[in-house]
Order: sequence, then C-alpha cells, then structure tokens
Amino acid sequence: MRAFDELRGLEMFFKDEGRHGVSIVDLYELVQHAGNILPRLYLLCTVGSVYIKSKEAPAKDILKDLVEMCRGVQHPIRGLFLRSYLSQVSRDKLPDIGSEYEGGGDTVMDAVEFVLQNFTEMNKLWVRMQHQSQGPGRIREKQEKERSELRDLVGKNLHVLSQIEGVDLEIYKETVLPGVLEQVVNCKDDLAQYYLMECLIQVFPDVYHLQTLEALLGSCSQLQPTVDVKMLLSQLMDRLSNYAASSPDVLPEFLQVEAFAKLSSAIWKVIDAHAEMPVVGAISLYVSLLTFTLRVHPDRLDYVDQVLGACVKKLSGKPKLEDRRATKQIVALLSAPIEKYNDVVRALTLPNYPRVMEYLDSSTNKQMALVIIQSIMKNNTCIKEADKVEVLFELIEGLVKDVEGIAEDELDEEDFNEEQNSVARLIHMLYNDDPEEMLKIICAVQKHIMDGGPNRLPFTVPSLVFSALRLVRQLQSQDGEVVGEELPATPRKLFQLLSQIIEALSSVPSPELALRLYLQCAEAAGDCDLEPVAYEFFTQAFVLYEEEVADSKAQVTAIHLIIGSLQRMTVFGVENRDTLTHKATGYSAKLLKKHDQCRAVYACSHLFWVDNHEGIKDGERVLLCLKRALRIANAAQQMASVTRGSAGPVTLFVEILNKYLYFFEKGNPQVTSSAIQSLVELIKNEMQSDSTTQDPASDTFFVSTVPYIQYQKEKGGMMGEKYEPIKV
Amino acid sequence: MLVPGKIQHIICTGNLCIKEVHDYLKTLCPDLHITRGEYDEETRYPETKTLTIGQFKLGLCHGHQVIPWGDLDSLAMLQRQLDVDILVTGHTHQFTAYKHEGGVVINPGSATGAYSSITYDVNPSFVLMDIDGLRVVVYVYELIDGEVKVDKIDFKKTTTTTAH
Repeated sequence: MRAFDELRGLEMFFKDEGRHGVSIVDLYELVQHAGNILPRLYLLCTVGSVYIKSKEAPAKDILKDLVEMCRGVQHPIRGLFLRSYLSQVSRDKLPDIGSEYEGGGDTVMDAVEFVLQNFTEMNKLWVRMQHQSQGPGRIREKQEKERSELRDLVGKNLHVLSQIEGVDLEIYKETVLPGVLEQVVNCKDDLAQYYLMECLIQVFPDVYHLQTLEALLGSCSQLQPTVDVKMLLSQLMDRLSNYAASSPDVLPEFLQVEAFAKLSSAIWKVIDAHAEMPVVGAISLYVSLLTFTLRVHPDRLDYVDQVLGACVKKLSGKPKLEDRRATKQIVALLSAPIEKYNDVVRALTLPNYPRVMEYLDSSTNKQMALVIIQSIMKNNTCIKEADKVEVLFELIEGLVKDVEGIAEDELDEEDFNEEQNSVARLIHMLYNDDPEEMLKIICAVQKHIMDGGPNRLPFTVPSLVFSALRLVRQLQSQDGEVVGEELPATPRKLFQLLSQIIEALSSVPSPELALRLYLQCAEAAGDCDLEPVAYEFFTQAFVLYEEEVADSKAQVTAIHLIIGSLQRMTVFGVENRDTLTHKATGYSAKLLKKHDQCRAVYACSHLFWVDNHEGIKDGERVLLCLKRALRIANAAQQMASVTRGSAGPVTLFVEILNKYLYFFEKGNPQVTSSAIQSLVELIKNEMQSDSTTQDPASDTFFVSTVPYIQYQKEKGGMMGEKYEPIKV
Repeated sequence: MLVPGKIQHIICTGNLCIKEVHDYLKTLCPDLHITRGEYDEETRYPETKTLTIGQFKLGLCHGHQVIPWGDLDSLAMLQRQLDVDILVTGHTHQFTAYKHEGGVVINPGSATGAYSSITYDVNPSFVLMDIDGLRVVVYVYELIDGEVKVDKIDFKKTTTTTAH
C-alpha cells in the first residue's frame, strides 16, 4: 500500500510534466516501452489516470485499454494488486452520472462494464490461487491464510459498483447482477462463492434484493455443495426482515414480489438437497424464515403454520431431540409467535404448534410451557373458549401431570412449587362471562388437573374451586331463582362438580384444605337456598374434622372456621341447625387445652344469636354456652392451682365478661346486669388474690373493659340506663 | 407508589397464601408485619400482632378467629384485649373503617379482589395510613369498574385513651 502512495507522487510528477509541454499522449506511449511488464503496467495506469483527468481522450476508451492491458499479468498475487491499484486510481474517474467524465458517448454503462470486467478478472486470479496451493500441510495453511486476506481486494469491486450513482434498479437487474452472479457460479470455488455472495448481500440495498429475489435464490441453488447456503439464506432473510421492520410502507413490495413463496420454496429445496445437514442447521433456517414471516406478514397465520409444518416434517421420524443447540432453536421458533402476537390464543390456533412441541424433550417442554403461561400472565390474556383451553392444556401437559422422562426426585422443590403456582394462576385467566361456556371451561380444566397426582392437587384444586364458586355467585345474581333445570349451567350442577373436585384432595391427603373448601361451598349453597346441598357439605367438613384433623392447633382453627361459617348461615331449618350446632358445641368442648375449649364454647354462643335474623335469637342457649364457658374457665383455674401451685391468669374470665356485655347490649333478656355484676366482682377478687398469677395482658384487658363500661353508662339514653346498675 | 423505598411499614392481615407473594411484599418494604390467615401455607405467622408506630398502638389479626365474622362489637372486644388504638383486620374482603369509643377498626379489604363467601362483588382495595403525631389519615384505594377511586378518612387520637 505504501507503494501506491509513492505512485501517487509519480502521478503528480506526470501531471506536472503535462504542463511542461510533454504531451500526455506521448507519455502514454512512452511508458509502454518500459522493460518489465509489471512496472510497465503500473506506470501505464498512473499515466492513464492523468490522461483521463486531462480529458484529452474519452474516459471510457482509456479505461477499456487499461483493463485489457492488465491481462498481461497473470500471476495471481501480482495481478490482484495491480488491478486493485487500477481500481483505486480510476475510482473517481468513472463516467458516472453527474461526474465530469460523463458525456460524449461515455455513460454509466461504460463505468459498470469497466468495473465488472476488472472484478471478473480479479476473481479469476484469486480462484487460481486456490489451485496453486499445492504444498504440504503447513505451507498450504499459510497459503490459505494469504488467500483469504486478499479477498477484500476482490470484494472492493462490488463495493465500487454499489457506489456508482448511476446504477439504479434497472441497471442492477439487467447488467450488474447477472454479470456478478455468472462469475460467482462459474468460478466453482466454494470459498469465493461464499464470500462473494455474502458481499453481494451486504453491499447492495435491500430493495434491490427484494426485486431480484428469484435470480439470487436461483444462483444459491447452483452453488457448490460445500458452500454454507443456509448461512447465506439466513443473512438474506435477516436483512429483509430488518428492512420490513424499518417502515410499514415497504410491506406491499414484499407482497408484490411474493417474497414468502420464493424464500420458502428456496429453503425447502436447500434442506431437501442437503439431507445430511444436522437438524440444528435446518431449524435455524426455519427460525430466520419465521422471523421474516412475522415481520412481513404478521397476519398470515397460514404462513406461520407452514413454517412450523415444515419443521414438523423435518423432525418426524426422528427421536426426541438431544442436541442442546437444536432444542434452543426450537424454543426460539416457538417463542417467536408468542412474543410477536402478545396473544397466546393466536398461537393456540396454529395446528402445527403443538406438534412441534411434541419433539422437545420433557424438561424443555416444561420450559416452553412456562414461557406460554408467563406470556398469558404478562399480557393479561383471558382465554375464553373451552376448546382453546383444551389446546392450551395439551401444550402445558408436562406441567400438569407426570410425563415419562422425568423422575419425581429430579425436580427441585422450589421449582416445582413455582411451576404449580403458575398453573394455579393460569386457571384464573380462563374465564368467560357466558355461564354455559364457563361451565365447559371448568369441566375441561377439571379433566386435566385431576390426573395431576397428589403433589399437584393442593395447588390446582383451590384455584378451580374458587373459579367455580365465582360462577355460582354469578348465576345466583343473574336470576332471582334458578330458571329451569334444562340449562346445564346451574348452581346445583356446579356443586356436584365441586364435590367431586374437593373429593380428589382426599387422595393427597389434604384434610385441612378440603375442610376449608367444603365450608366455602356450604356457605355458597346456603346463599343459593339449597339446604340439602349445604348440609351435605357441612357433613363432609365435620367428617374430615372428626377423622383427619388430628393436630390440636389445627383443630382450634378448624372449629372456629366451622363455627364462623355456621353462625352466618340462615338456610337451615330448625332440625338441621340443631344437629349442626350441637356437633359444633360438642367438639368445642372436647378440644385438648382448657383455654381453647373455653374460647370455642363462648364462640358457640353466637350460633344461637344472629343479629339480623329474628328467628335465631335464643337467649337461653346463649346463656348456657356462656355459663359452660365459665365452668371451663373455673376448672382451668383449679387445674392451674393444683399443678402449678398458683391459679392461672384471669384472662378467660375477662373475655367471658366481655361476651356477657356483648349480649347484654344486644338485649338478651337472659343476660342480666346482676350476672355481669357478679362476674365483675369475681374478676376483681381473683386479681387481688395472692394465688393468682399476675398477667399484664389480662390486667390490661380488664382495665380496658372498665372504662368501656363507664363509657356506655355515660352514653345516656337506653344504653346508659342498662348500664346504670353495674358498679365497677 | 408501589416501588421499593416509599413505604415504611407493611401491615398485612393474612392469606397471602404462598411464599412468592410474601417475598414480593418484602421487596416493597422490609418491615413487613403479617398475621395468619386460614389459607396461608406458612404456619409460623402469629394469630395476632401488636406494634407501635409513632403515637399509635396498632393491632393486627386476620379476623377468622373473631366470631361473628366482621362483627364490630366483637372486633372491639379484641381491640380492648390487645389494648390498641387502631385494629387492622381482614377476612371479609370488604373495606370498612369505623371509629368507636375505644378507637379505630380498619379493614383494608382484599388487595386482589378475591372471592369471599361473606362479600358479594369484591372490589380490589388497599389502605395507606399516614401517621403524624396524634393524627392518622387513612387513604383507601379501591378499583371499581376499572377505575381507581381514592377516599380519605381522618382520625385524631385524644390523649385520654393512651396506653395504661
């Protein structure tokens, strides 16, 4: 390159000579007498450059002359450098449009022809280097290396061609491209072919490629079998994809040239021709084509499906994929439509989508399933049709039940929990306002999750149960009464389903969760006025309590839930209610710890007094409960003094006192002010007695209760009168 | 608002159900107080909790333990028992805020709008409390028909009801 710089100096000299009267033409003749060919030609090019500048002869003639003369040097390396010099020196002297050298018969075509010819000759020289590298191993390598370093010299010509302003689409299509492609195909050298095609794709604008797609793709199929055609195709598609993404105005062009059809058929051909190509190569081609399709034809779901179908075909007959890279590509292939559309439902309509997923190994399948669920959650997609729900569950099958290939203990517990929580969340996204469709959805989900096995049910069942209860609520508020049993979606039918679904938890076993769900259903059935159904649910809850809930702490919570639910329900007739309250109070009294017994029993007092319901205000039974609670509290005190030498804290008494006050205020005639007075005295005595354990909590409680009583007295009116007799 | 660093304390009545939600709340604010709801898988949450913020004593309880559910007088009893100025409770999935003789009872409702046997048509809601000296302003945020509605309630504490 430094030599070139020197030659520039020489050029300047020649120019000066011109001014000194020596004619350029003469100089031109003169240098041709130089002794050795190489210097001769360098001199010729240099003079030629000055000649063109002087405009004493048309540029095209000189250029033609030069390019022909350079044929004299057939040595590859020397020839390449010579022609490279020629190219460099002539660059600004081409008769391009708007250049000073245009006109008088000199046109762009001449410029194009000159460059093309130079390019052709340079390529031939370069290819010849390949055949010349005959030496043993290391020398061969060195030669190969040299060769690849020189390739830029050849490629530069293409660059020059692209820079010529006058080269528009027409000229490109008619002259430039055919010329280049002819040379590329005919040279039959894989290195050259790959490099030049790549150059071609990179250097010329995308819009040209679009219009000459057939020619390009045609040549691709004619290349040497060892050329990595799929890489070229990928590059081409990526460029076109980016072009499509750059502005929506260009999209019609794509349609006009039927880009998809041409590209896809070229790709099928390539893949068929190279049957031994590893799967990962074919799939990466599909990925490029899919990206292209999604950018250019986002609404053509049939195109997307075609690509997926081709993938299925390629994979069919082969065992599940083991190759990591191939799997990664397939995940990319499947994720692309989801990301593009942000609407999983679309992906669900592609018939080939689930088929592709089948070829993934189990853990990648699950990974893909999670991707799908995440997309749904992120975009708040609501899946509204039962048949789409079916397809969805097919896709996420790996998460929903055990599939072969994964042993249970391989799963990390945290990961498993995350997975199942995702599925549980997903169930809430399956929703339709129309009750009939919603019922179908619920049935579909039930069918799939029931096979989940004991590890999955505790996650998935609650979601489904609450989904169903929501539907019950909706049906309840839609008509005042259940309209006709012919409609499949009725609360009764739903409660049957619910019963089955919760029943499945017994296989886990998960009694506490099942108990809670039964109580929810009981309350819901009560709201629907279905007394026998509600009773049945309560029975199930009690059975679980009796037989399965053994832990004492769990029992306390469970009994409070039972009491709380029962307290609110007004659907039961007297007999049923009696049975249930009797059971509840019975179990309350049988809790292990005295304190828990006491609290549960006074909670039961509320079962007999429902504020807004005149039918359930049984003052006597309320008092009975409270007295029973008192007895238990007394017993607790005695036990404490026996076992620990001092009576326990008075907390329970204060709590019971507060309950007395509650019912007193509500107007329970059985709860008299004198009863309250005696209780107050009792507490005071206990607190002052030496044998009582000091307990700041119960002290505080009593001390809060006293001002409360004061406050009520001071209220005046009815309340004040009531409280009047109570002295603290 | 729900970005880390803006909230000083989170008070949660329970039924977060899974650890993930607990962890998420912790990222908003490390000072997380929570009591046990009947569907929480974490069994070590306490049944009740008390804490002091500024001049106020707060009590926290899910509420399924207080029968009848949602009954103000029974909740007042719990408030006396815990000896707190403000009782925060839940379970009904319905926002309420009451002032009565002993103090204030606040139910922030359900943050997710989850189904409840007690309340029909649950709207997602939560509460922001601004405690300043003897005054607390309660902002309630409710999502009704796709729109966020904000309401505000003022409570002032009289010094006679301070702790014994």
